[in-house]
Amino acid sequence: MDIFGSFALLLAFGAAVYAFGGGIAGILTRRPLLTKTAHNAGMAVLGLVTVAVATIEFGFFTDDFSLSYVSAHSNRALPLYYKFSALWAGQEGSLLFWTWLLSMYAFLALLLNRHKHPELMPYVGVTLAGVQTFFLTLNNFVTNPFRVLGGTDPSGTMHIARLSDGSGLNPLLQYYEMVIHPPVLYLGYTGFTVPFAFAMAALLGRYPGEKWIHITRRWTMVAWCFQTVGILLGAHWAYAVLGWGGYWAWDPVENAALLPWITGTAFLHSVMMQEKRGMMKVWNVWLVFVTFMLCILGTSLTRTGIVSSVHAFAESSIGSWFFTFLGIVFLACLVAWWRNRDYLRSDNQLDSLVSRESSFLFNNLILLAACFAVLWGTLFPVLSEAVTGNKISVGPPFFNRVNVPIALFLLFLTGVGPLLAWRKTSFDALRRNFAWPLAGGFAAGGVALTLGLRSPYPLVCLVLSVFVTLTILAEFYRGGRVIASRDGTGLLTGIGELTMRNTRRYGGYVIHFGMVLIFIGISGSAFSKDTQKEMSVGDTISVGPYTILCQNFDQPSTTNYTSDRATLEIFRHGKSEMMLYPEHRTYLASQVSETIVAVESTPLRDLYVVYAGQSPETGRPVIHAYLNPLVKWIWFGGIVVVLGTGLAMFPHRRSALVFRPAPVTTRANSGAPEAATAGAPFLESRGHD
Amino acid sequence: MRAQKKFLVGSAIIVVTLSALAYVGYTQSKTYYHTISELSTLPGPELRQRMRVSGNVRAGSISHRDGRVDFVLEEQGQALPVSYVGTDPLPDTFKDGAQALVEGRLEPDRFIAEQVQAKCASKYEASPNSAPGAPTQPQPNPTPGQSKNESRGWSAEKG
Repeated sequence: MDIFGSFALLLAFGAAVYAFGGGIAGILTRRPLLTKTAHNAGMAVLGLVTVAVATIEFGFFTDDFSLSYVSAHSNRALPLYYKFSALWAGQEGSLLFWTWLLSMYAFLALLLNRHKHPELMPYVGVTLAGVQTFFLTLNNFVTNPFRVLGGTDPSGTMHIARLSDGSGLNPLLQYYEMVIHPPVLYLGYTGFTVPFAFAMAALLGRYPGEKWIHITRRWTMVAWCFQTVGILLGAHWAYAVLGWGGYWAWDPVENAALLPWITGTAFLHSVMMQEKRGMMKVWNVWLVFVTFMLCILGTSLTRTGIVSSVHAFAESSIGSWFFTFLGIVFLACLVAWWRNRDYLRSDNQLDSLVSRESSFLFNNLILLAACFAVLWGTLFPVLSEAVTGNKISVGPPFFNRVNVPIALFLLFLTGVGPLLAWRKTSFDALRRNFAWPLAGGFAAGGVALTLGLRSPYPLVCLVLSVFVTLTILAEFYRGGRVIASRDGTGLLTGIGELTMRNTRRYGGYVIHFGMVLIFIGISGSAFSKDTQKEMSVGDTISVGPYTILCQNFDQPSTTNYTSDRATLEIFRHGKSEMMLYPEHRTYLASQVSETIVAVESTPLRDLYVVYAGQSPETGRPVIHAYLNPLVKWIWFGGIVVVLGTGLAMFPHRRSALVFRPAPVTTRANSGAPEAATAGAPFLESRGHD
Repeated sequence: MRAQKKFLVGSAIIVVTLSALAYVGYTQSKTYYHTISELSTLPGPELRQRMRVSGNVRAGSISHRDGRVDFVLEEQGQALPVSYVGTDPLPDTFKDGAQALVEGRLEPDRFIAEQVQAKCASKYEASPNSAPGAPTQPQPNPTPGQSKNESRGWSAEKG
């Protein structure tokens, strides 16, 4: 089987090289047939990589422990779905998986556009093939997943060894989210390759206008949505499995995923500047370039562990491959931009500080600052070692100090930006749009203050969250009411109609609302409490309103693991509420232990209980209880963001009313702001945001 | 032009503020990585900084005392006595011979660790009879270890 898989990978490499070389030749010689064969080769890569992936999965399912990768990441007793997910448990498989997802995107991009954009597609094909070639080089020649176990016997003959059982999957990965988190995150990482390819193509082919942005908008949103969900799933996994009571530690791997998300978010906003006003063209091209490079950097940080360990420069040979590739990509971007920079001249300039343009500029500035801070903090150990010889790391205080104010400023812009008019906003319009939401925000802040909320950041976060939510609600309400009164329907029907006529704008609002929920959830972390105690049967500990009574300790076990378990009764304000069973497992195949956290989650707070091990002195079990307020809001906000993204990608409903003049009700509606903001969406259903 | 100037001024204010915050955060949280052999060559001021040191736990050196755990870290023939004074129970992977990463401060006679991460080194190493012709390198995944405080040890695993 290993030979079969290796051959498929090698053929895929050949096809990618042809797609790259043939594509370039096709552009240079202007022969469409050559370009077409190159595209077909690029699409064929998917089939070949699929064969390779299927082969290694077959190895997992049939317990083929002659394959080094299978024996290192699986064992016979492993449940079937974890055998499936073991594909991305280690380096070789992860990179193969990366290539596979990339090939899917490339296949779709080439397939869906095969009869369109004849000036653009040759370059797109070449760019995609270039990236594929790099990853297939790694798959074939650097970290081949089909390496077999073997050895040489005394007589000097080589033979293949087959282990009787594998060493098992890392128990931390034996969690249902680990079956979906890596694919989702990788779909985000790889997805940004498509917008990158189109941006590169538009630049190299000097493709007219803003068309490449229209073509790639949905691709970018797909990738962005996967990246968002991937990050949140990772946070949830850390929360539910690692047992330290939190979901985000500014760990290099987490940061690596956050970086392209930040620049991707900046890009999704700044493209509107280019679409509407013809500004920021250079900026947008570079944002896409940087996002793609950060995806590659993120993958390399994840795969090489260069940052996390002490003096890790020499740890993995694969790091130098990645950095060489990054260097090549950067040079290619630089050359493409420099040679075609006159094509990117801006059509307009900033007219006023109080305008939609300026809110986008600040949004981008602040996002880039966040990105820079996170990147700097993540790479600091590497940079400081290179410059001073000392490896210095920075911890959460660094990241929090910079990013919390940035996040709050972003939240403010989320409320203000969408309601500012393009070019310039009058003071009247400001008052109409913001007076009530602002009053509501401050009222909420006042109530919280009298209730005893004193921490400044959570207080600001609360005021802004209420403010943003009210602006969003007002937008839906105002537009919906106008449509409802004109069509003679109910308000809800009016709001539905409004949303469907401009899914992009109103989907965006839903995403913003989801982000507000996430922000509220994160601000809850300022009020986390925890307590830890050695406990015998009959002992109690208290955290917040809860009292935990220890009822029993036992040792349940299965074929896969043995376990220490506590049976705890939870009292709230003296009343018995529920039982929790935190566990501490040791997996038999790997002899690795894992904490199984017991969480009671409510919208207001999570009670998070960990069986932390046995006290070294007394041998008695230690129970660690955390009270984490509002955590559930983060996960719920994530769901809202996904729904909003889905809505924003939904095609606009073309309305028969598009060209009708504004009905009188618009004017009479005292709440309606100037036509440039809320008046337009229901008059012109196309792309107003 | 005026709007652009205002925007630039606003940007400058934001960037300066953030830089100041970043600097404060940096001084609060910077941690040096050192190997045991480097410790003896460090100049005075650097010895007093917060640092991380890694090494292998000397077999038989772990002893539980009142409120702390003492052990000896070894690396390339150099030894460093460590006292763990943190409140969390030590990770399960912390055993004789395990690779450990300790974080804390250096005292004249020993290292006072507030955090200990450990990786059990044996399990994910390349099998002794790896394929002929293939380079006999350890499995590239940093060995996934268990620690209560951070997810670094297995960060390479989580994708």
